[in-house]
Amino acid sequence: MRAPHRDPRLVLLVGAGGAAGTLLRWAVSEVVPAADGFPLATLAVNVVGSFVLGLLLERLSRRGPETPAALRWRLGVGTGFCGGLTTWSSFAVEVDRLTSTGSVGTAAGYVLVSLAAGLLAVVAGIALAARRAR
Amino acid sequence: MILLLTLAGGLGAAARFVLDGAVRTRWPSRFPWGILLVNVLGSLVLGFLTGLVLNGADPQWRLVLGVGFCGGFTTFSTAMTDTVRLARDGSVRLGLLNLLGTLGATVTAAAFGLGLAVLL
Repeated sequence: MRAPHRDPRLVLLVGAGGAAGTLLRWAVSEVVPAADGFPLATLAVNVVGSFVLGLLLERLSRRGPETPAALRWRLGVGTGFCGGLTTWSSFAVEVDRLTSTGSVGTAAGYVLVSLAAGLLAVVAGIALAARRAR
Repeated sequence: MILLLTLAGGLGAAARFVLDGAVRTRWPSRFPWGILLVNVLGSLVLGFLTGLVLNGADPQWRLVLGVGFCGGFTTFSTAMTDTVRLARDGSVRLGLLNLLGTLGATVTAAAFGLGLAVLL
């Protein structure tokens, strides 16, 4: 079997998931305004995407060795959709913009909340997958 | 424009998958070098595009290439799950290194991109 990233069908599957995630991320950014310069939209998609990815990867890994169907779920929904929904580039640029416009406190708060909530979301997703598996 | 943005996001995600896979194959490691590289590159490009728009360039470029491609290319969720996975496997240090290393490298890369666009 060739490596998944060299299989055109799987690359297309990741692309389709990524397109859907990107569209949803853009829609969220259109309806969620920044609160006092705090980038709420990016925070929201990053935390939700981290939760879904943590849940998905844990559920799939608890099923034992990866089947072709599980691989498609992991790549389409995980690598594609969750990867496209969440973004690190916007996060990094927002931190830079906040810092350079003098909102250093907001930038520091944004970094702390994003990383803490992102990690907690993954842990919560894993815990939910573990509960459902029992 | 929304269609282009969506397509660019799909292209970005596919590019991340291929690049990360190539890095993993060539340099197998427990540390997620491929995703770190993706996040640094994407932050650099988005910083550059943001700088161009601050300088008066058409914001639609940033929407398609930045929000679309760079957004689909870079990932926050994978960086978080990789950090938790490393910590769970007993490498809390590697997990922290991934988290703080990604933060430092990407914010620096984005600032570099912003500065470069302002200089041009």
